[in-house]
Amino acid sequence: MATKTKFELKPGVATREAFGRALVELGRENKDIVACDADLSKSTMTAYFAKEFPERFFSFGIAEANMIAQAAGMAYAGKIPFAASFSAFAINKGFEQLRVCAAYPNVNVKVVGTHSGISIGEDGPSQMSVEETGLACSLPGFVVLAPADEASTKALVRAAAAHVGPVFIRTGRPKTPIIYNGDQKFEIGKAVVLVDGSDLTIIANGLMVAEAIRAAETLEAEGISARVVDMHTVKPLDREAIRRAAAETGAIVAAEEHLVDGGMGVRVAQVVAQTQPCPMEFVGIQDTYAESGTPEQLLDKYGLLARDIIAAARKVLARKRR
Amino acid sequence: MPKPLEELQTIAKRLRRDIIEMIGAAGSGHPGGSLSAVEIVVQLYFDFMRIDPKNPKWPLRDRFILSKGHAAPVLYSAMAEAGFTPKDQLNTLRKLGSIYQGHPDVRFLPALEASTGSLGEGLSLALGMGLADRLDGRPNRTYVMLGDGETQEGQVWESAMSGPFHKVDNVVAIVDYNGIQLDGFVKDIMDVAPLADKWRAFNWHTIEINGHDFPAIRQALEEAQATKGRPTCIVAHTVKGKGVSFMENNPKFHGTAPTPAEVQLALQELQ
Repeated sequence: MATKTKFELKPGVATREAFGRALVELGRENKDIVACDADLSKSTMTAYFAKEFPERFFSFGIAEANMIAQAAGMAYAGKIPFAASFSAFAINKGFEQLRVCAAYPNVNVKVVGTHSGISIGEDGPSQMSVEETGLACSLPGFVVLAPADEASTKALVRAAAAHVGPVFIRTGRPKTPIIYNGDQKFEIGKAVVLVDGSDLTIIANGLMVAEAIRAAETLEAEGISARVVDMHTVKPLDREAIRRAAAETGAIVAAEEHLVDGGMGVRVAQVVAQTQPCPMEFVGIQDTYAESGTPEQLLDKYGLLARDIIAAARKVLARKRR
Repeated sequence: MPKPLEELQTIAKRLRRDIIEMIGAAGSGHPGGSLSAVEIVVQLYFDFMRIDPKNPKWPLRDRFILSKGHAAPVLYSAMAEAGFTPKDQLNTLRKLGSIYQGHPDVRFLPALEASTGSLGEGLSLALGMGLADRLDGRPNRTYVMLGDGETQEGQVWESAMSGPFHKVDNVVAIVDYNGIQLDGFVKDIMDVAPLADKWRAFNWHTIEINGHDFPAIRQALEEAQATKGRPTCIVAHTVKGKGVSFMENNPKFHGTAPTPAEVQLALQELQ
């Protein structure tokens, strides 16, 4: 159980940066780790791996379908490939290949989407990925991860490499606050309770974990006790953590930088409906595409701040049976 | 030493009979593109590839990927004939629980190199395997068969661009150029000609042969093996439905099973 009540949330590195560094460490330990990229290595941060292991780095040009399928081919032949691109391109342009070359034969390929969500900012919706959680989770056998900060990204990239089977990892462009000090153990499918609470539970992942902590601190000052759960694994979900949250706090707010439709929250709702029904609210991107702007402006305009989680908390508490 | 021609011809005839019988028993399937590929598959499985049916996952084996996965019967009949899989189950093709699924499926048949069926993907898989083999210093060679209609898929050309770029000379693409796809003649649906020129333009070592001529197939495979620094594409001109008079060059038999009467007629022709 979490004991920490105050988080400093000091500035940290982007989760894509943490991925790039973690991949190099893995490469040093295991010669079967290879990296694939589609002309974005300086943004996905596979460039670090390419620099240290040029013979194990494969550039495929702007051709994501071929990249994903060739990564699958390498995995068939015993390699542990990490194929990276912006989430929008990896999942959408490579989806058919993720389906038939990776998921269906259950091939040991890892796909890392960077620049997920709307926090990429100025580039706008064609580069923003707001659908990939739903798409990746729809693939039978896939593990889908959405880490929140540097330490959790590094640990989960490592867990992905150790897991035998296809994995999709969702990372982001902007720098993220430090949540974990590095001592926390991460296990695929095992959520982390960051703040304990009894009145409601905020289940968040990615960029929204820090916002959830901020929201919980504000609520605490008002005498509302909010539990905060980092649901870093969207598939397979930690059903027991969700059941406990529903049973022990009786109200849940899901928060994610993703379309609400097809997102983590609706998957959580499925578990809640099956185990311990309770009122829920959903903080995420509504049925729309965003626009250009600074990340801060966009998170504000599209309702992805602690303020929005607090509003959802009030709504869900009003519906909670006393 | 190449296997004697008569022996290869005898095996080819047996495979054609198996293909007709199993698709007839299934009541659905793709006879035309299975029959057009027989000689190429026979040359690979019974003469050229380094494989061990008793040890299908031998780490140093050559690989064969049927990117045009709908021609699964030609692959299944060859694997059964070679001793990888049971021959007496061929007629369970496409039936629930069969190891001989409608399209090649590694979950049911682990001796396969890959699950295929969604066109355009096999060449990428083959090149990925070729890169892995090269990284590990293994001598494996990977052969991948594409349909001519399949080369209408964009991914084929993404992968075609990458093969010579990464100098993947342990991979050979073989296009079964039989001129027919589901909706009709390839030239009428979306012409792929000049096909060999396209592969040459993508910097593949490209060889054009008659895909039913055993010595020509062997010669092309030897030439591919001797070609270093880039992959080889063998554009094999074939006849759809080859060996059964009423199926030859007949678009109907791309994806239609023969009736019981047609099965008997075909088997008589394949005596």
